[in-house]
Amino acid sequence: MAALRQHLGYEDEKLQRVMERLPCRDVQASMLLALMGEPEQCSYPSIFIYGHRATGKSHVIHTLLKELELPYATVSCVECVSVGLLFEQVLLSLFGSDSASLLSRSPSLSDFVRVYKQLCVQASAKQTRYIVLDRAELLRDMEANLLPAFLRLQELVDDNVMVILLSEIVWDKFRPNTGCFEPLLLHFPDYSKGELQQILSEDSHPSYSPELYSAFINILLGVFYSVCRDLRELRHLAALNFSKFIEPLEQGKVKESDTHKLWRNIEPHLKKAMQTVYLREVSSVQWEQQLQMEEKEAGAVRGLSAHAHVELPYYSKFLLIAAYLASYNPARTDKRFFLKHHGKIKKTNFLKKHEKTSNHLLGPKPFPLDRLLAIFYSVVDSRVAPTASVFCQISSLVTLQLLNQLGHDDQLDAPKYKCAVSLDFILAISRTVSFDIVKYLYDFL
Amino acid sequence: MSKRKVKETHMPVGECISQVQMILRERFCHQRLPEKPVGMESQHKHLLELLRRTAVHGESNSVLIVGPRGSGKTMLLNCVLRELLEVKDVNKNVLPVHLNGLLQTDDRIALKEITRQLNLENVVGDKVFGSFAENLAFLLEALKKGDRSSSRPVLFILDEFDLFAHHKNQTLLYNLLDVSQSAQAPVAVIGLTCRLDVLELLEKRVKSRFSHRQIHLLSSLSFIQYLDNVRSQLSLPQDFPDTKFYDEWNDGIKTLCEDQPVVDVLQRHYNSCKDFRSLHLLLMLALSRVSASKPAIKPTDLLEASRVCMVDSKANILHGLSILELCLIIAMKHLNDIYEGEPFNFQMVHNEFKKFLQRKSHSIHNFDKPVVIKAFEHLQQLELIKSMDSSTAKIQKEYQLMKLLLDHSQIMEALQKYPQCPTDVKQWAMSAFG
Repeated sequence: MAALRQHLGYEDEKLQRVMERLPCRDVQASMLLALMGEPEQCSYPSIFIYGHRATGKSHVIHTLLKELELPYATVSCVECVSVGLLFEQVLLSLFGSDSASLLSRSPSLSDFVRVYKQLCVQASAKQTRYIVLDRAELLRDMEANLLPAFLRLQELVDDNVMVILLSEIVWDKFRPNTGCFEPLLLHFPDYSKGELQQILSEDSHPSYSPELYSAFINILLGVFYSVCRDLRELRHLAALNFSKFIEPLEQGKVKESDTHKLWRNIEPHLKKAMQTVYLREVSSVQWEQQLQMEEKEAGAVRGLSAHAHVELPYYSKFLLIAAYLASYNPARTDKRFFLKHHGKIKKTNFLKKHEKTSNHLLGPKPFPLDRLLAIFYSVVDSRVAPTASVFCQISSLVTLQLLNQLGHDDQLDAPKYKCAVSLDFILAISRTVSFDIVKYLYDFL
Repeated sequence: MSKRKVKETHMPVGECISQVQMILRERFCHQRLPEKPVGMESQHKHLLELLRRTAVHGESNSVLIVGPRGSGKTMLLNCVLRELLEVKDVNKNVLPVHLNGLLQTDDRIALKEITRQLNLENVVGDKVFGSFAENLAFLLEALKKGDRSSSRPVLFILDEFDLFAHHKNQTLLYNLLDVSQSAQAPVAVIGLTCRLDVLELLEKRVKSRFSHRQIHLLSSLSFIQYLDNVRSQLSLPQDFPDTKFYDEWNDGIKTLCEDQPVVDVLQRHYNSCKDFRSLHLLLMLALSRVSASKPAIKPTDLLEASRVCMVDSKANILHGLSILELCLIIAMKHLNDIYEGEPFNFQMVHNEFKKFLQRKSHSIHNFDKPVVIKAFEHLQQLELIKSMDSSTAKIQKEYQLMKLLLDHSQIMEALQKYPQCPTDVKQWAMSAFG
């Protein structure tokens, strides 16, 4: 690191400051610095940086470019719904506020390159210009010529410009079929457990010792590390749960040194957090306010998925049950399940099944309307007239996306449906009408 | 004492290195033109002769330069143009028009660009007036009015020629080639493309107007030449200000190219691809490791650069997955083994994973289904697994059919490198069927 600082043409203090702000990323940062070289030297046309979410890709780039005061433009490809926006942002941040007015209303790439060249002649900077494209995987879905053109932008505009692409996805999935200028690939490796611990321990609580916070992080990683390695997610969870961790200390029940008791107190709480906050079943605000302040039992608040149960009319419930049975049972077993006098069926024949063919693994099968109605009349004990309202309810179930209609070619004549609800949902529904659905399901015999 | 003396007579090392970086970076990154194109003498002669006939005698021509990416098509053309423009009369006489298939994505834009580059009368300031039809009529009129003897020859250079063939009706190509066939203003149409089957893309009427003159740039570089090229690419030019440093550097490069590990690395790169661009990438990476405290390229630099170039990016991504995600991938691998590459859905994977937990695992505690779904969705975001059908909204996400986009060897290799991988997970991955 020290060796690098000597010749790069930047001030020592600045580099020092940059490196302090990039913990555990000095290898990548110094490599990037070496590739960028001195400001007036030529740079490689394009660099593609990939790595997992929250491994410091944009952070490293932005800190370097900002602290070293280099001319750069950063664009998030999520924001650019049209290429015009992208061009406008690049020009604005590279050449100042009045540059974007030179672009026409819906500019093509040709216009962009022309305007860029024109501005470049007027304000020919000696330094390398940088264009950072965040979430570059979205460039693939825009116009086909955009990605190849950005990769060879240096050649096209004939300026000392470097395009930096950031993405989570590997380069192999980007390559257009007629090929392109290959960028320089750079990998940002994931943080190891020790590095995560080090980074997370940095933002400790002012009124407690850093060692205590570090111990808390250690417990947190012990629970969450096997599921999640995302730094941002872990940091969020740490911030949410720290107040619960220090609760016994504030009440004066245990001392700081008694880590085992603190662990016993926090661990079930963290496990609960994995089922709720981590999945965003319970929002962070709810988690903080209701659970911590009012001291309710964690998880007592109904999560998002608990609200998924909808109130349905009586016949709609039976229609949905019938649809579920029709989707998950093979048609050849209908006679056995739903007919009172079904004649003789060999038991061995009936129970011939393999695990692979279990419908709860393969998903729902389509069924015709006739079969749905036949099962419906069989499971509803009372006499129901096939009125308009019954058919109406079927189509309103489709609108609620509890049923899916397949093949829109035929609306009236023998339409086919699929049931799109989960087993838990249908169990809850059938409980309300006291219908034992498990007895009728082929997979559970 | 002596050290100080050296510093007085020569530039300090830091400045030398800065100079070296400047020169070599311009070579590798900016694709600076060489004095003379290497290894393509006959093609060079052919193209130069052709363009000279257009420029001097007013003969209309069309030619395609075909070669794979990074084989030096643009370099050859630019060398020829530079040489052509050095001739006295030609310099003032010829009008080059550069078009690129990436930029000029349809004929309208291309036409505007042509009128702009030819500085035609209807251009006021920076705006071009008139509709597409008017523009075309105007341009054709301007070209038709000319004749062989009096008007200035125009060189149309179409980069990414194959993309122009995708324009509607190929109007632009038709008109350009038509002008080149009839006795109008002298034009040369030069197309650069990396597609060998580019003539199949042309319409019959366009194809018949094309002269079918093709220049192929297929690299016939032997390894010895490749090695020579590496040496010349890394060597400093004669006019380097500090002669002592110049000698030291070039001697260093010479010994570097004779070092056996370095030769092996270069041989491996030569075997994977022969084009100069990937070589430049390698040398650029090696060069970036040179600094004032280490003022020479060492064999280790080149080995390290080659390691960065050759790394398997999917293995890198696999390394960063959590244990749960890795377990899901192993479950998918087993499903692929058992059902021979049939697609699977989340339910099957989860079932397989649950079987593992019940039978074998001691180190991993049970995860809830939603947590597993979140891990599965993360794998999908990373494009390690891909949905088979595009109509995603219709089917519940548990039952969507998926395909694993990883190789078995990749998975096994990732497992070996995975930090602190539990032994039972490893054993589960090794066992043949789940």
